[in-house]
Amino acid sequence: MKLIINGEERTFGQPPATLASLLDQLCVPVARTAVELNGSVVEKHRFEATALREADRIEIVSFVGGG
Amino acid sequence: MAELKDLVIAGRTFTSRLFVGTGKYPSPDILRRSLEASGTELVTVALRRVSLTGPDPTLDAIDFGRYLVMPNTSGARDADEALRLARLARAASGLDWIKLEVTPDPVYLLPDPAETLRAAEVLIKEGFTVLPYIHADPTLARRLEDIGCAAIMPLGSPIGSARGIKTGEFLRIIIEQASVPVVVDAGLGLPSHAAQAIELGADAVLVNTAIAVAADPVLMAEAFRLAVEAAAKGMRAGPIEQQAQAAASSPLTGFLE
Repeated sequence: MKLIINGEERTFGQPPATLASLLDQLCVPVARTAVELNGSVVEKHRFEATALREADRIEIVSFVGGG
Repeated sequence: MAELKDLVIAGRTFTSRLFVGTGKYPSPDILRRSLEASGTELVTVALRRVSLTGPDPTLDAIDFGRYLVMPNTSGARDADEALRLARLARAASGLDWIKLEVTPDPVYLLPDPAETLRAAEVLIKEGFTVLPYIHADPTLARRLEDIGCAAIMPLGSPIGSARGIKTGEFLRIIIEQASVPVVVDAGLGLPSHAAQAIELGADAVLVNTAIAVAADPVLMAEAFRLAVEAAAKGMRAGPIEQQAQAAASSPLTGFLE
């Protein structure tokens, strides 16, 4: 399964079934993280229920230092 | 001189009038100690793609329980980009406070007034608490206040320029007209610049680069805290009016008549 994560194409031998399992595989903590799936924000409580499909575009963002 | 009111933004009361940005510190530990030394209660953060090779340690230095952490929309070049960042920031933080900044110009990072107003209208409708970063434009400040912005954040001079208050005459008009808090943001390079903003009647200041890039950020954070506290105390004490002529402070009678 191919996914486009933060602009880079990634291939998964064991495709993550949901957004929650993708974050888990990538070791990204859910706290203070936000996800956009194909251009729409997915609320945290929907991560478990959000299924992923071939060629989905996923943006995973979090906070960094800034003014 | 303007009178100094208690600082309340969107129903939240702040004791400290110094807001601090968290960018550009030499290490997470220095950031943590600088925030502590500043006495701040509100810090800003930016939103970026996560590194898939490991978490950013900067975040661990910020105690989300202790400070109100307000995300900004830095990097946005138009209203649509700002809206996207704001919605993601809210999803990440669970908080609806947003420092709205739209800066298409990469050289001076000056805010785009039309795009800022357009983004603010949408965000307010979506329930955000919006604090827009703007040029010191009293008309724009009024428009933003009218549509429901929680505070106005006019610049003293360009972001990170350390040039101090170059917009004083217009800040004065904004402060005179505003009924929401005015936070002077950007360009403050010295503790005295922050004091000057408070003495103009600003409700608070936001400082990042001047602290983060100082040779000793922790000491500079303390210096800004003291300057802001001194200026606020002076404003509370009721400053005297300026006079064109001298007014002797020693008695002129009683000996050398």
